[in-house]
Amino acid sequence: MAIAPLEARFQEKIDRDIKIEPKDWMPPAYRQTLIRQISQHAHSEIVGMLPEGNWITRAPSLKRKAILMAKVQDEAGHGLYLYSAAETLGISRDEMITQLHTGKAKYSSIFNYPTLSWADMGAIGWLVDGAAIMNQVPLCRTSYGPYSRAMIRVCKEESFHQRQGFDTLLVLSKGTDAQKAMCQDAINRWWWPSLMMFGPPDDESPNTQQSMQWKIKRFTNDELRQRFVDVIAEQIKLLGMTLPDPDLRWNEERKHYDFGAINWDEFWQVLKGNGPCNQQRLDARRKAWDDGAWVRDAAKAYANKVRLKKEVA
Amino acid sequence: MDHTIKMNRYGDYGDREAAGGQQEAKANANEWPLWEVFIRSKQGLDHKHVGSLHAADAQMAIENARDVYTRRMEGVSIWVVESKHIHASNPDEAESMYDPASDKVYRHPTFYDLPDEVKHM
Repeated sequence: MAIAPLEARFQEKIDRDIKIEPKDWMPPAYRQTLIRQISQHAHSEIVGMLPEGNWITRAPSLKRKAILMAKVQDEAGHGLYLYSAAETLGISRDEMITQLHTGKAKYSSIFNYPTLSWADMGAIGWLVDGAAIMNQVPLCRTSYGPYSRAMIRVCKEESFHQRQGFDTLLVLSKGTDAQKAMCQDAINRWWWPSLMMFGPPDDESPNTQQSMQWKIKRFTNDELRQRFVDVIAEQIKLLGMTLPDPDLRWNEERKHYDFGAINWDEFWQVLKGNGPCNQQRLDARRKAWDDGAWVRDAAKAYANKVRLKKEVA
Repeated sequence: MDHTIKMNRYGDYGDREAAGGQQEAKANANEWPLWEVFIRSKQGLDHKHVGSLHAADAQMAIENARDVYTRRMEGVSIWVVESKHIHASNPDEAESMYDPASDKVYRHPTFYDLPDEVKHM
């Protein structure tokens, strides 16, 4: 069949909200967009374990340590759901990991910032996971079946992440002056990078329109960012803290919060690899991969040996 | 050593060809095989497909499935099947496969218009 009728049939399915499944015909650009987006998402979950892993051994109590370990284990799980969704599109796991390690594939820039104090664990849960949830909930309805199913699973688990983060900050916000200061400092440092997580503004996001037409994305970057600001600007009142934006105020006419200009230079710089921790994060991933090579080889050799023995017997 | 091999994954049977054949997966020959995971959420229900994972053998696939797919008591039983063993129907043949069923309304009980006096049927 020629391409044009296939494309028409594909778009008709999308328009009728019929999910696309791995074996269905899809335009090569749809496939490529999904591979890029899903693998980038998977890499973000895996690299996202690093800033938090930094605090597991230094969590202030056994309870907080257990919670943090559960959360980091969830991130690993989320990465694996997403890698397997991407694999249904015809890219191999090893290829994706190679793309991450060579810098060809990106991951969320937020994880290139350092975690300087315990309060950062709270701020990451509340703001970073909060922003992620805002992005991910509409992705549960994304047009590609395996991606949608993975996101439903992720979203079910993610809500605990945000709640434990807010809970951590709530405790600090009621603590000593030093603890309050630590809480405010973490919020100050994570606020702007969290807003950048939604991606460049709509007029500078060339892929958005096509992704919306294919229903990979359901809302634009700016729509989701605004929604996030509106929610957080209210929640912060309960912490008795402030967001580091003098221009943040309720706009009665728009029924939304106005907020200040985002420093997009910083965003592009971090994306290009010049953030505070880019090198450190990639080095850690490469080292984990290289150091684990003998385990992968040994398990494979053992499985082969057992299989051969069975065949002989 | 990197070389290109043809891999059969769950559900991707034939779709690369349809998309122009540019999606040949490059795989490391040492990559652990892919397994499809099926979970029974409670006694009495069917096992349901939940996703896939890599493992060196079936035992490891079950152990990994436990960690990846049942962290919150989602299951009481796990099946794993190596993905290459799954064969799927071709969506291009959906019409000839399933359409013949749509004009046989007499297979449904509502096709038969019976008097109201008939009880217990």
